[in-house]
Amino acid sequence: MSERKYFSPLARGLHWAMALMILAMLFIGVAMVASTGPAYHRLVGLHRPLGIAILALAFLRLVNRVASGAPPLPTTLPQGIRILAGSSQVALYLLMIALPLVGWAMLSAGDYPVSMTSGVTLPPIVSPDPALYASLRGLHTWLALGLFGVILAHITGALVHGLLLRDGVFQAMLWRRPQASTRIE
Amino acid sequence: MSLIRQKATEKGNLGRVGIVIGVPVALAFAFIAAAGWFTPDRLTPATVVRTFDSVDGPHPGFRRNHAKGVCVSGWFEGSGQASPYSSAALFRVERSPVIGRFALAGGQPYQDDAPDKVRSLALRIMPANGGEWRMGVNDIPVFLFRNARDFNSFLIASLPEATTRKPDPARIGAFLAAHPETARALSQIKQRSLSSGFANDAYNSLDTFLFVNAGGQATPVRWTMEPEQPAPAQNSVKTGRDYLFDDLTATLAEHPLRWKLMIVLGQPGDPTADPTVAWPVGRTRIDAGTLVLDKAEGEDGGPCTGITFDPLILPEGITPSDDPIPAARSAVYARSFTARSGETKAPSAINLNSTRSGK
Repeated sequence: MSERKYFSPLARGLHWAMALMILAMLFIGVAMVASTGPAYHRLVGLHRPLGIAILALAFLRLVNRVASGAPPLPTTLPQGIRILAGSSQVALYLLMIALPLVGWAMLSAGDYPVSMTSGVTLPPIVSPDPALYASLRGLHTWLALGLFGVILAHITGALVHGLLLRDGVFQAMLWRRPQASTRIE
Repeated sequence: MSLIRQKATEKGNLGRVGIVIGVPVALAFAFIAAAGWFTPDRLTPATVVRTFDSVDGPHPGFRRNHAKGVCVSGWFEGSGQASPYSSAALFRVERSPVIGRFALAGGQPYQDDAPDKVRSLALRIMPANGGEWRMGVNDIPVFLFRNARDFNSFLIASLPEATTRKPDPARIGAFLAAHPETARALSQIKQRSLSSGFANDAYNSLDTFLFVNAGGQATPVRWTMEPEQPAPAQNSVKTGRDYLFDDLTATLAEHPLRWKLMIVLGQPGDPTADPTVAWPVGRTRIDAGTLVLDKAEGEDGGPCTGITFDPLILPEGITPSDDPIPAARSAVYARSFTARSGETKAPSAINLNSTRSGK
């Protein structure tokens, strides 16, 4: 049995869909908190259901990752880089689950209805508590900035693999071109 | 690392290095741009909260506007008559619990009551099966500004001068000359008839929203909370710094107070985006139900303190119109709510167990 080169199709699909969703989410978030215009309400209306969708997909992705694993990193990579790659992936998983949960808890503590679309409201996950709301609101911002930072590092790493090292690590998240070597598991 | 350095300096790889560095840098710049760092003129919720702090002085823990207030509670009972226009559950013939707050406009939590100060009522109506509605209504006929930027500019123009400790009439005059709609609204507000207290006052939505019925048909609406209490006898003398609030809490200790929610149906051509312009008189009005308030509580530990009366918390069946003010209020209230919830608050002026000394 030869080493697999690609992430499972579900893993690749989830990765790229969530990449778009999370980047959109971070931009919506940072734009809406700086807005007093009519866009504010529309952005909030997008931010909440998109966050819950990311949370649901993140759990699915975590299960899939545990179940189907990942292709091994090339043995040529130095130990330091391997540790960095592993810990950044752990950070990404933690943050994409923590951010929506903190957002949901924050709205619950602030006694805001957690509205998804008109007529659909999620139950609160903590009791109303203004001091807790203030803390979670601050935490939500810092976690979001942290996630954006880890994503920038992740993109830089991916581009280094894809464009400079060309060692198949970036390609593991892409779809095979017809001439590429076939994947055997 | 040495491998990356070697590849990066290989001949012909310069363009690839450019992409490796350029993509994350471009994303970071786009992110900072979305946050408004390159557009310092953009009016953010933080800017407006800072303006209130500079006009009224910092009052940690208090709402940045409508700072002096008291919590009330009771219920709303729908009449069913608004249901043909809005599918909101609370308009059906049923009782929904209400948490509310009476307040004076302005960011000073210890200001003295006076007959002509703007009074407000904030409400959170909570039907049993969801579909919550929050609102803030005021006892003036029209709003003073068309958008948040004008509001913020007016507050800055009314900042007290360092030498006189009073606003500079020339700066306010210049603002009014540039904003005839505000001058017009101010004169309408000055001409309003003043009620003697919170209990016999009428409170207006000022802003326009859309009622959407079960068939998806939208109607622009404004509304008024009309008191059922008559004006009290003229010979009752009101004294004290908090006479409006003291009168309200004393009355609520004796009997409940009632208001009719009168919905005003807009006609085509009625201004929906401009809350400084009143709708023509004679528009159809619908009695949507009755608000009954039967209890007052001080803000400290009271049920209205841990919530914000965000006017865009709307049930299914009510949506925003093209009026820009509710979105601005929603955004700024959230900022004010976050700030005050993380601060240590001094006791509120209205405390049901004691009366403040003073004239």
